[in-house]
Amino acid sequence: MFEVRFHGRGGQGAVTAAELLALAAFDEGLQAQAFPSFGSERMGAPVAAFCRIDETPIRRREPVAAPDAVVIQDPTLLHHVEVFGGLAAEGYVLINTSRSVRELGLGELLERHTHNRVLTLPAGELARARLGRPIPNAALLGALVALTGLVSLSSLERAIRERFSGSAGEANVLAARDAQLLASTRLVRGGLGVGGGG
Amino acid sequence: MSEVRYYQTGTFASGNRLLADEAASAQADPGRANAITKGHRACQGCGEALGARYALDAALAAAGGRVIAANATGCLEVFSTPFPESSWRLPWIHSLFANAPAVATGIAAALRAQGRTDIRVVGQGGDGGTVDIGLACLSGMFERGDDVLYLCYDNEAYMNTGVQRSAATPPAARTATTEPLPGHPGNAFGQGKNLPLIAMAHEIPYVATATVAELRDLERKVERAMELHGPRYIHVLVPCPLGWGSEPRETIEVARLAKETGLFPVFEAEGGEVTGVSPIRRLRPVEDYLRRQRRYAHLFADGTGAETIARLQRTADRNIERFGLLDGEHGSQRRPLLEVLAEADRGPQ
Amino acid sequence: MAVASQLEGSLAVARTVARCRPQVICAYPITPQTHIVEALSRIVASGELAPCEFVNVESEFAAMSVAIGASATGARAYTATASQGLLYMAEALFNASGLGLPIVMTVANRAIGAPINIWNDHSDAMALRDCGWVQLYATSNQEAADMHVQAFRLAERCSLPVMVCMDGFVLTHAVEPVELPEQEPVDAYLPPFRPRQVLDPEDPVTMGALVGPEAYTEVRYLAHAKQGEALDEIPVLATDFAARFGRASGGLIETYRCEGADTVIVALGSVFGTLQELVDERRAQGARLGALAIKSFRPFPVGELRAALSSTRGVIVLERAFSVGVGGIVTGDVRAALAGVDVDTATVIAGLGGRAITRSSLHAMLDRHEQGALQPVHFLDLDIDLVERELARHRDGERGGPHAENILRELGIVAAGPV
Repeated sequence: MFEVRFHGRGGQGAVTAAELLALAAFDEGLQAQAFPSFGSERMGAPVAAFCRIDETPIRRREPVAAPDAVVIQDPTLLHHVEVFGGLAAEGYVLINTSRSVRELGLGELLERHTHNRVLTLPAGELARARLGRPIPNAALLGALVALTGLVSLSSLERAIRERFSGSAGEANVLAARDAQLLASTRLVRGGLGVGGGG
Repeated sequence: MSEVRYYQTGTFASGNRLLADEAASAQADPGRANAITKGHRACQGCGEALGARYALDAALAAAGGRVIAANATGCLEVFSTPFPESSWRLPWIHSLFANAPAVATGIAAALRAQGRTDIRVVGQGGDGGTVDIGLACLSGMFERGDDVLYLCYDNEAYMNTGVQRSAATPPAARTATTEPLPGHPGNAFGQGKNLPLIAMAHEIPYVATATVAELRDLERKVERAMELHGPRYIHVLVPCPLGWGSEPRETIEVARLAKETGLFPVFEAEGGEVTGVSPIRRLRPVEDYLRRQRRYAHLFADGTGAETIARLQRTADRNIERFGLLDGEHGSQRRPLLEVLAEADRGPQ
Repeated sequence: MAVASQLEGSLAVARTVARCRPQVICAYPITPQTHIVEALSRIVASGELAPCEFVNVESEFAAMSVAIGASATGARAYTATASQGLLYMAEALFNASGLGLPIVMTVANRAIGAPINIWNDHSDAMALRDCGWVQLYATSNQEAADMHVQAFRLAERCSLPVMVCMDGFVLTHAVEPVELPEQEPVDAYLPPFRPRQVLDPEDPVTMGALVGPEAYTEVRYLAHAKQGEALDEIPVLATDFAARFGRASGGLIETYRCEGADTVIVALGSVFGTLQELVDERRAQGARLGALAIKSFRPFPVGELRAALSSTRGVIVLERAFSVGVGGIVTGDVRAALAGVDVDTATVIAGLGGRAITRSSLHAMLDRHEQGALQPVHFLDLDIDLVERELARHRDGERGGPHAENILRELGIVAAGPV
């Protein structure tokens, strides 16, 4: 089983991100479960969403306490919420930011973590370029594909188009592709050392 | 040749052979529905039993016998259905105290879904179930435009539970929870809800008031309502001999006095505007009405009730002016309703 | 052959309910049921479900009242609610069951205030366990969808209203695979509604008459007898469902590895999935643990429970609600079912107000149980020190301040002063 935890704020699409990932996995014939942990409908409040993917039916219902991957949609959460709780040293970290991990004050994180499993990426900017709004979820999912290979990019694109019709769907697909490309490039270069890391 | 005066012009007594059939009361028809038939347990002289019989038979006549009724908890429901018997000869459901309008909405929705909109729906209840606890459901039914005729039988208190005050209880009336005591002249002034005006504020297709003193008028209003669709509301004054402390044989007369003093305006409204008024034929002072009911006896016990009676007279006078009850005029000569209501808000002067 | 979709639970339920061809849907919004009624409103407005009247009511009390009127007129009626809304229609719930109206309602289980809380637990449905409605509890979104199909048939067969309970947020807002029952097999499984008594000008009846002491007992006992019939009918419906739709759903109970178990955890609702993993983990460590889900809470499956639990040594009833002043609710019914059987029962109250029930907490609880150190009524993950400090603040008649704010301040969730 692979468990992903998304952290964001209300209105940034963290819940949708988890659902899209689940949908993509489902399209590949895998079992998937996605659900939110949130309160009243309020823009800006911290939101967590969970996605589990497995080959066999998923039975557990508790929030993801020991994620294999953490996706942080909003870096302002970093020092407010326990976003890395339960994450193992080999776990994946993906942060939406134009700054580097060190610039975010997360140097210690790097000491413990496998370097090519920690990635920062300006997903909001990529989204703005394609969507006109900095909703980073589709872009982050594209980067997650590059980072983890959890699902294929084409499955992700199919899921995005299922969920968003017309031009919105296409724009999100392009944002995801841009992010996947950028992420792949950064990973090839060693993850954090250059271009947005370090 | 002497001139014969027909006092009850406009009210056609049952069985008047000079009348065309269409103009006669539904009760004159041997084939009448008899929606609420004999054997029920109402008190002698019950105004509600009388009003319900006339109203429902008129509704059934207008709808070719195809009416379903939803009834709130209260006197009417209790005295008409002592298990295992029932007085009702039409399909009838009693659910709860507060939900007769909503149950009626549900019946209408079912009939619409089933494509049987030739069957009409009536909701009914007393003042307690309509004006107080049932108001939310009533307002919802009005607001949605549901096709329901709602009949409120107003005996001005919670009678079935032993005569407690409701929001329809008039000022100065004695009830079990508004006993006249030093400093408490019965029910307080400045309280209460005017349901006909509230209904008009919803701008529903038809609102009317009526009394059991003018039964043909009540029938005619039901017939008018049945010509229309959407939410319709008729508020019927029904004296309760037990709760009002009046003579059972004087129920109709007491109802007439309520109208003839101006205390209970009888009118019709469509889309939120008054369209017709039943004029006072022979104006009477409020005292004539109050003296007939022991619920007002404390106003006459010593000299201290005079001021209260004068206040009630002012209320009656305002109603007369507001609705044009003496000249029977409405429309341009009548003061705008908003202006009248604003003055009413400011309270007695 | 039906195809699974990855769907939000609320949407799966809405689409399935639509396939049951309700004729009147009346609903008032309340978290976390809103997605269900929103979806149904779209389905009706689009004409996909017709003829159907969607009535926007002014309260939950009105919702159930409209359903009563509609059902009494022979229309298949449906509504959904949760928590405060279920309580607000309490009077009408008793009325509907007393009148024998086969209304089906989804309850998206949510905690009851005060303090106000929008998250999942079972306090709402438990508070109305005696209202005469059949109460079914779904363990997954697939089962929640399937139970509605069975519920309509059960309701109309037994002339009893049925509430299908599904955990709010945990199931309603979870996206997981669901095979939506298709229209054709649903039509074959669920024939058109034929009311036993109906408001009809062709054949007038009086419904809802006053009944005095001379007959009330008998009339009320009928409700009890009808639930007894439902007890027999539920497995029959579930078997027929399985034959037509190819999967097991519903029924009275479901057991997981209870054979030879020393301890069985009994629970209702979605936590059953977590319990199954827990059982596998404990069994791998050598413990003999089993789990049992009660699917039909009313009527209560006394016989099935007895048969499943008679040979176990200990039963832990895991409850998501409790009876203030005494402890467990379901525990009482379980004990009654096991009367005369030599089994220890303990109550674990967990997941109140949406607190997650985690495997790690359950493991710790089971460790204590194995050591014989579990109290008869144990509140999982309760911070008893926090509680005791709050109680101390209110002793001696001092103005201690509002409980909720004090506790949240201690937990650092509410700022102690100006930020």
